[in-house]
This record gives sequence, structure tokens and C-alpha cells, in this order.
Amino acid sequence: MPRLSQQLREWFQARFGTGTLDWLTHKQVPRHHHTVWYYLGGMTLFLFIVQVVTGILLLLYYRPSPGEAFESVQFIMTKVQFGWLVRGIHAWSANLLIFTAMLHMFSTFLLKAYRKPRELTWMTGCVLFFLFLGFGFSGYLLPWNTLAFFATKVGTQMMAAVPVIGNWLLTFFRGGEDVTGATLTRFFGFHVAIFPALTTAVVGAHLFLVQFFGMSVPPSIERTYSNKPVPSYSFLPSFMLRDLIGWYLALGVLAALAALFPWELGVKADPFAPTPAGIRPEWYFLFLFQTLKLIPGRVLWIEGEQFGVLVFGLAATLWVLIPFLDRNPTGRVGKLITGIGAFAIVYILAMSLWAWRS
Amino acid sequence: MDISAPEAGRVATPGRRRLLGFLVGSGVVASLVSIIYPILKFVLPPRRAEMDAETVAAQANELAPGTAKIFRFGNQPAILIRLADGSYRALSAVCTHLNCTVQYRARERDIWCACHNGVYNLQGGNVSGPPPRPLREYAVHVRGKEIVVSRGSRT
Repeated sequence: MPRLSQQLREWFQARFGTGTLDWLTHKQVPRHHHTVWYYLGGMTLFLFIVQVVTGILLLLYYRPSPGEAFESVQFIMTKVQFGWLVRGIHAWSANLLIFTAMLHMFSTFLLKAYRKPRELTWMTGCVLFFLFLGFGFSGYLLPWNTLAFFATKVGTQMMAAVPVIGNWLLTFFRGGEDVTGATLTRFFGFHVAIFPALTTAVVGAHLFLVQFFGMSVPPSIERTYSNKPVPSYSFLPSFMLRDLIGWYLALGVLAALAALFPWELGVKADPFAPTPAGIRPEWYFLFLFQTLKLIPGRVLWIEGEQFGVLVFGLAATLWVLIPFLDRNPTGRVGKLITGIGAFAIVYILAMSLWAWRS
Repeated sequence: MDISAPEAGRVATPGRRRLLGFLVGSGVVASLVSIIYPILKFVLPPRRAEMDAETVAAQANELAPGTAKIFRFGNQPAILIRLADGSYRALSAVCTHLNCTVQYRARERDIWCACHNGVYNLQGGNVSGPPPRPLREYAVHVRGKEIVVSRGSRT
């Protein structure tokens, strides 16, 4: 009797043919000394899947109202079996995800993987990164502790500095003029419904584009192999198995962090208590936080905060549009853009470190 | 498989391959167990502490003989009936059929479940309709001006 796996394969092949499987086994992934950067996207995807699973689990007990949110998280942490682990993994995975997404984004930037024909891959990736920041910002408030409450107050107040629509944005995101229970309900809605739906769709598009165009070969490698083909191996199984090792590695790091460093809950938010010292956003917003602290009250004719928001808004827009600005990636413009990008990376690192140390 | 491999290699390879397969397979199974076990434990809510304390169901002059009220007993509704002779009886108000909440019918002098027309007598016995078991009875004590209900056998 043929083995079950073989029977299953034949069952599917009789219905769908062998097209997709053939395509995946014949698809080649370039193999060179920058190949290691190809695994970061997969690790980010894995961490996103972890977020979906642990997020659904947390939804079984979490209650999004100011009277119950903190208590329900406390209940998860102290009463539910493995609750501390599930929340710890959700919180650690969120941070690791932002970290791997950053590495993925900056490595594709420096290796110029956004060049024609991969402009849309880059842009969908940027949208995903902004969505992840939105996940981080909205999820930070959900335990309704003091730190999150005041960080959200400050974070949303910055929206008021956006020209023209600032006040509208502020009221929209807060669900009123202040951070209240209405804000918590809104953030919960963004965190568990709107962002997941958008992210699923954009991740789908991003993965399709990655598969459709295949992996980008960096210009330096292209030069090395000027006219010869770049060495490669099959996507299935060679690259896939290595990718899975990356997932396994991420899982190991995640489990170790969550088990050894349980995520704190803090003190329940009291909207009428004075803000304690040491209020700060999550580490990936620290460079923004530090910059805004440094900008003087007035720059030229505009308010300092407004100036900061405008500059960062402009920088983010340019970042998304890089594939169209970098017309000649190996020429002078390309080198200049790499230089500006490298400066931005160093700036973000330095500002984050400064804010983190102070 | 490489056919040109020497004889010894061909003999050794299947064993090595089987060992590696076993190691990888058991590693993957162990990982899956360590993921699935906490999830299965997590999804079942922890047991809330059983309510063994007493509940004040009513005040002494609240119910006239031949009336009843539903009160909260732990996480569930219970019914306190004042019988015609002035004595009290407390029963679980959760129908043993499909968990609807029962009610007292003064005219029929019985306990009735509106969901599927189940009828119990005032002792909680299932008389007619779908209920499969009698309602659970609780102990009632009159303590000063309070009617106190507790779990455990009737006294």
C-alpha cells in the first residue's frame, strides 16, 4: 500500500496539477555572501504569526474598559495557567518583530533591493512597518497602566501638531478631547480588528511580490559575477529549510526572553494622579521622543513641535518614495541616497541610545 | 542517491539518515508539544473559588407566604420560596434541562421553566416536561431578621 503522504500528494496533483510545486522547486534563490539578509523577512513573518496566535489567546480573557483592563491583564498574569507566558511572548515578540522588521528594512535599503522592478515590494514593506508601529503604539495602552496612559497622552498630543487636520486627528484617535476609556476602546479596536485586517492584506501583497520577482541580487554581487550567472539553490527545499531554521532561531530567542524576563504589568493608571517621572515610549519611538525634546519652542516662524512633526512626516514620505528618487542606484545619486540613509540610521541609533541612557 | 559511493558508504548512509531523521523528528515533536500544551492549559479558565459562604437571600418580612424571589447565589440564580405555612425553601433556579432560569407560579403552586414548559413541584422535584433531574436544594436559616442560604444539606 502506498504511503499516506504519497496518496495525499497524488490526490492534490490529480486536482491541481503540479504547477505550483514545480514552480517552487524550480525557483532559484541566489546564493552569495549577502544571502543571510534574505532570512530577516521570514523571521518577521514568523513573529507576526506568533503575534496573531498569542493575540487571539489573550482575547479570551482581556476586557477593554478602564475599569477592567488592568484587572483582566492581572488575572491573565496571575490566575490563568501559562498566562504569564502567553502575555510575555506577545510583548517580547512585538518588540523582536519591530527589531527584525527594522533590520530587514535597513538591509534591503543598503543592498538597494528596492530597485526596478521591486518598487512596490519596498512600498508595501514600508506600509507594513508603519502598521507594526501602529500595533505597538495601540497595544502599549491596552494594559491600562500608568506608564502606558501617560505615554499615550504624550504620543497622541503630538498629533495635534499636524497642520490643518491636527485637532481632528487628536479627537479621532482619543475618542474625545482627553485620553479616557473611549481612547482605550478605540485603540483596542485598531489593535485587534483594523490593523490586523490591513496587515493581513498587505502581508499577502508583499509576499506575492517577493515570490513574483524573486530575491534581489545586490549591485556589488552583480558586479562580481558581471556576465556569469550568480550561484543559486532551489527555493524548495533548500532555501525553505534554511528559512525554517531562522524561524526556529527566532522561536528559541523568544521563548528564552519570555521565560527569563517576564513582562511587567506596572501600576494601574490613575488619570488624576500627577505624571510620575520616567515616562517614555517604547524603544522604537525613542529617537522621535528625544528629537522632540531637543527642538526649541520656535523654529523660524513655526512652533517647534509642528516643525518636528513636519520634518519626520517629510522624511517618512521620502523614505517610502526612495525607489523613485534613486533613479541610478549605482551612480552618484545612488551613492548620495545611500549616504543620507546611512546618516539616518546612525541618527536613529544615536538618538535612541541617548534617550535610553538619560 | 549517489550510486558510485563505495560499498561501506551505502550501508552506513541509511542508518545515519534514520538517526538524523529521528533526532530532527523528535525535536520537532517536542517543540510542538511545548507549544500546544501551554495553549491547551491557557484556553481553559481557572476555576473560580467555590462559593461556600452564606448569602443573605431576603429580609424576614420581605416575602409573604405563597410568594418567591430569585436571588444571586455565587455566580448563579437561586430561588427562595415562602411556603403557605410560612416556612422557607431555597432551590437552585437553574433548570436541569438546558440552564434557563425557572420561576415560581403562585396560582399553580409550582416552579415553572418558560423555555420548554418544564414543571417542578415546590420540593424541586421534576414533575413534567423535559427536566431530567430535580432542582438542587440549599439550606435555609432564619437568623434574626435575615434569611440566610448556604450550600450543603438542608437543616
